[in-house]
Amino acid sequence: MQIAVEGRKVLGEESKYLLPAGSYFMMGNEAIVEGALHAGCRFFAAYPITPASEIGEKMSLRMPQVGGIFIQMEDELGSISSLIGASLTGKKALTATSDVGFNLMLEGLSYCVNCEVPLVVVNVQRTRGFIHSAHADVMVARWGPTGDHQMIVLIASSVQELFDLQIEAFNLAEQYRNPVILLTEEMTAHMREKLTIPPIDEIRIVNRKKPTMSPEKYLPYATDESGIPAMSTFGDGYNVLYTMNPHDERGYNVWSGEIYDKLVRRISDKIKRDAERIFKYKADFLDDSEVLVISYGVTARSALEAVRRAREKGKKVGHIKLNTLWPSAERTIRKLTQNAKKVIVPEMNMGQYVLEIERILKREIISLTKTTGYPFSAQEISEEIERAL
Amino acid sequence: MPHIFCPGCGCGQIMNVMLKAIDELKRDINKIVFVGGVGCNSRQVCWIKSYAMHGLHGRAFAWATGIALANPELKVIVLTGDGDCGAIGGNHFIHAARRNIDMTVVVCNNFNYGMTGGQAAPTTPLGIHTTTTPFGNYENPFDLCELGKAAGATYISRWSTLTHPQLFRSFKKGIEHKGFSFIEVLSPCPTNYGRRELKSSDPLVNMNNIKEITITEKKASKLSPEELKGKIILGDFYEIEKPSFYDEYKKYIELARKKFKG
Repeated sequence: MQIAVEGRKVLGEESKYLLPAGSYFMMGNEAIVEGALHAGCRFFAAYPITPASEIGEKMSLRMPQVGGIFIQMEDELGSISSLIGASLTGKKALTATSDVGFNLMLEGLSYCVNCEVPLVVVNVQRTRGFIHSAHADVMVARWGPTGDHQMIVLIASSVQELFDLQIEAFNLAEQYRNPVILLTEEMTAHMREKLTIPPIDEIRIVNRKKPTMSPEKYLPYATDESGIPAMSTFGDGYNVLYTMNPHDERGYNVWSGEIYDKLVRRISDKIKRDAERIFKYKADFLDDSEVLVISYGVTARSALEAVRRAREKGKKVGHIKLNTLWPSAERTIRKLTQNAKKVIVPEMNMGQYVLEIERILKREIISLTKTTGYPFSAQEISEEIERAL
Repeated sequence: MPHIFCPGCGCGQIMNVMLKAIDELKRDINKIVFVGGVGCNSRQVCWIKSYAMHGLHGRAFAWATGIALANPELKVIVLTGDGDCGAIGGNHFIHAARRNIDMTVVVCNNFNYGMTGGQAAPTTPLGIHTTTTPFGNYENPFDLCELGKAAGATYISRWSTLTHPQLFRSFKKGIEHKGFSFIEVLSPCPTNYGRRELKSSDPLVNMNNIKEITITEKKASKLSPEELKGKIILGDFYEIEKPSFYDEYKKYIELARKKFKG
């Protein structure tokens, strides 16, 4: 496992252009920017799209201040592709998009998985046409790119979480050499609320593992038991070929089913084996709960309020807020829900993550769906809890 | 090392001349990144021991943009083809040229999609028979050099795999050029273009065809438009000095830092 280091040691001189520790009143999209800069992101490329555009606008000011690159690309295919080039050249790279823009990035994400390129994509989910909130991309974030793969997908429910999870997203990308998707939705991205930026030395930063052997002995895809190979940087003397084709430890094209199988299994297993460790959640009122609400994103705010109201009435209801959607931690989810008689999954889509919960728990789950563009009210979730009790 | 080029293909010639130029310029191969999308010419990057990216059709220009900006000390060479550059990557091509990003682009134009079986390409001349134009091509072709110039490329030349000395000189100039340099190389494709249009996959027949359809800029200047019909002009067309994206961006860093309110 990569050792985390204190922020200042990694960020050096540029850290004087980071926002100092303290409390801020900030928009979600801006918190994404500040989180990325604290994580060490020094390359940003994107194409404007509502409701993610403020991220690019803020980056056009902030990225040059920290000495990084900001570029508005010609489309989302170009955005993610320029990120790939920058990441292989040693930069931590970010792009931000929404909805159809994310569709265009799936091609690049396929490449990232296959060639093990760390980078972060923010998807501010929306309804189409009239730009409001949705969680319609929960499944496409996991399964969108073609080819066998694992994906790390995080989701935030507040401005503070956007900042914190943006840093976590970079740490996971760097550690596992896999793209990481940070999901949010229009509501949280455009919400203004309190953000506390911690002192830089309290921020945990993970950087990719670099080769330490002599360049002649470097095998770009040879790994230890972690399954994660050390990564060269263009120009550092450690030659490497990145190709989508089946490649062996040397990185050479080898037309062999066995080599392909070995590659696909390794890049999948390196994440699957750490699923429980990657999984982030917050559980409230779990101990004696007979009815459990599992939610994520802005829905978690209404769901927790509904659960509190039920508790005030003495009802045995609990809540789990998910911050990691993928990889799903089967063992943890089973353990957390073992005493619950009924599980409700409210979602701002037609019922996507409920399918994963059903798969894990192997029983019927109550799916509460809403696609009007507006978040659930606590009342709407309370009513479902009442029905379940 | 085994390669995929067919007998008589020009890609090997391009690779040969390019590496000779790099050698003569005494460029450190460890400071060059070779970027290819998908296609016969793009595949070259897989056989050069240095740094290489390969495998997403059309995205080579956008990859190269990321590399060139992330580390301006590196030389980025894009190896691409008429489909990779003129069709699926066309948007990235014109925008990389517009921004004058530091990269040297080597596009092998063999007038068809060689790797996928000889379909019509955006550069297939009118009337040419391919696997998707069995009665002759009816779509207007692109002139990639004109397109690059209109988009903002700052060095442009076109030669063929039969004009080694000129191509060698052009590679040296293009690699040393600051900004977006664009070199189009006309190349025979005996396996696909040759079989369908020339009814021969004989390398010599295909090379002679390239010779017949091309004319140097100097000779062309003496001919009338009627006499030039069906001919493709070769030459060093264009070279200007202009600040690259990164030159301008460096100034922008200073401007932004003055606005920092920590």
